[in-house]
Amino acid sequence: MLAPAVLVIGVFMLIPMFIALAYSFMTADPYGGVQAPFTFDAYIQFLYQRDFDDSLIFASDYILIIARSIYLAVSTTVICLALGLPVAWYIVCQSEERRRVLLFLITLPFWINTLIRTYCWILILRDEGLANKLLCALGIIADPLPLLYNDGSILLGLVYTFLPFMVLPIYSTLERIDSRLIEAAYDLYASRVAVFRRVIWPLAKPGALAGATLVFAPALGSFLAPDLLGGGKKLLIGSLIQMQFTSSRNWPFGAALSIAITAVILLVIILRSWTAPKREAQA
Amino acid sequence: MIELTGVSKSFTTKDVGTVAALKGVSLRIDGNEFFTLLGPSGCGKTTLLRLIGGFEMPSTGAIRIDDLDVAALPPQKRPVNTVFQSYALFPHMTVAGNVAFGLEMCGWKKADIDARVKEALALVRLDGFATRKPTQLSGGQQQRVALARALAPKPKVLLLDEPLSALDLKLRKEMQGELKRLQRETGITFVLVTHDQEEALAMSDRIAVMRDGLVLQVGTPKAIYDNPNSRFVADFIGEANLVPGNVLGRDHGMTVAVRPERVTLGRLNGHGARAKGEVAGVTFLGLDTLYEILLDGARVRARVRDAGEPFQAGDTVAVDWPDTAERELLH
Repeated sequence: MLAPAVLVIGVFMLIPMFIALAYSFMTADPYGGVQAPFTFDAYIQFLYQRDFDDSLIFASDYILIIARSIYLAVSTTVICLALGLPVAWYIVCQSEERRRVLLFLITLPFWINTLIRTYCWILILRDEGLANKLLCALGIIADPLPLLYNDGSILLGLVYTFLPFMVLPIYSTLERIDSRLIEAAYDLYASRVAVFRRVIWPLAKPGALAGATLVFAPALGSFLAPDLLGGGKKLLIGSLIQMQFTSSRNWPFGAALSIAITAVILLVIILRSWTAPKREAQA
Repeated sequence: MIELTGVSKSFTTKDVGTVAALKGVSLRIDGNEFFTLLGPSGCGKTTLLRLIGGFEMPSTGAIRIDDLDVAALPPQKRPVNTVFQSYALFPHMTVAGNVAFGLEMCGWKKADIDARVKEALALVRLDGFATRKPTQLSGGQQQRVALARALAPKPKVLLLDEPLSALDLKLRKEMQGELKRLQRETGITFVLVTHDQEEALAMSDRIAVMRDGLVLQVGTPKAIYDNPNSRFVADFIGEANLVPGNVLGRDHGMTVAVRPERVTLGRLNGHGARAKGEVAGVTFLGLDTLYEILLDGARVRARVRDAGEPFQAGDTVAVDWPDTAERELLH
């Protein structure tokens, strides 16, 4: 009974993880790939630079890249939550027929390649793009605004890409809330704010936490939006990893960076299960 | 005191169009009264309760609670609390958290809340359950929590939407007594919705019998049982024989209602009886025996106690009842 499930989890989840872990301790092959011997070089490279005399100097470059990536991923998660919760609530309040249509619209972007969708934002945001042309035509601005190639445009791309991953899990928890609980809260003199804070939010929290994980993890490793919409001016960890496996041909370092991201995400998940130990024990 | 004047409510849905759930209901429910809205499903009793609670707004008509016009007020602004059919306990809060909720929303002080929660839980005999979660309780216990939660803020009116329907028979009987006791002890007006006439008779000070969005009759359980004003009420409250008038040699359009326990059976001796019939069925019920009698054009049930020499199926019997036991009903 369990064997196929174990096989799937093993082949698709655990083995790739171990391969990445193993690669991160090997030596780079100048033509791509890895070779012997085993070494900690990749992790050393992460924290130190080698000086001319071969001594190690502490370098914060990669730490800063990771910090900036975490900052953008957290911002993405917070914005997705702020947008996703009202959207999910709105959908839950509709008739069943309209709910189906709205849910379909939420998942519609999945049907189009992410690369193309992200590229479209360039057409909208660039100096001669739709947004600037519209604002100029309306007479709101005289010269085009620098909408593209900054943190804002990266954030916009990330939020746009990952918003459905926040809306869907929140929707599924909100949908299960018995409407009579909300009536009961109003009946017991709760204001609209109190109904949300004391009844809806606590019951929606598991969905919001699931959504936050689903948004934060891929946003942290994402390289499409940062590359295309950030103009590659400032590196993010996703792009950095991608570079190691392509132009830089340093697979062990790319693997080590991936393991570093995984560690960050794991840490977030562990923190999350610490903050809500009771709820999980009950479920 | 609750006063409903000409209250009607229509719902519009895509599938069925506009449906009138209430068609002009006027009622007066006194303070400190145990009042029951009784009727079959779809009669509008739950809609009426939701209108009093503020979960629906009336299409027309006025609702006053203690001379306060509440028709336009939302539930949180009405001095009314509800015990929901499925209890609607907050699953993420403890029993004490549930009971305290209304008090917190009203801005009570922490110490007062703690005291009142204890008091309310004692009232429903759930002392010692304060820290449990609703999912750890039985149906009957959840019911008591819902009662404590609704009673804690000391509302003027408590609305109960089929509160006992989810409980098994034994527990239901027990809770009937409990509800009556709570109403008497708290002095709060209880408005109960039920489709169970036995429950209504057992608990209520007064009953409103409803059908198709209208109130057919309002009165004490005894008054309604003894003096039903329509065929529907006679048949819905307790058991009733509804004999067409022409069978008894009276006006054609009229119906005679008589309770089975008031019908007497005798040997044919040629005079005195109202009708003559044939025994079609005999059911022994222990204390009583239930006879099905076929009259010429009607069927009558007689619930007879200590009949002496019993009748057999196929016997011809004289059917009679005292004049005071029958009601002539025109509709």
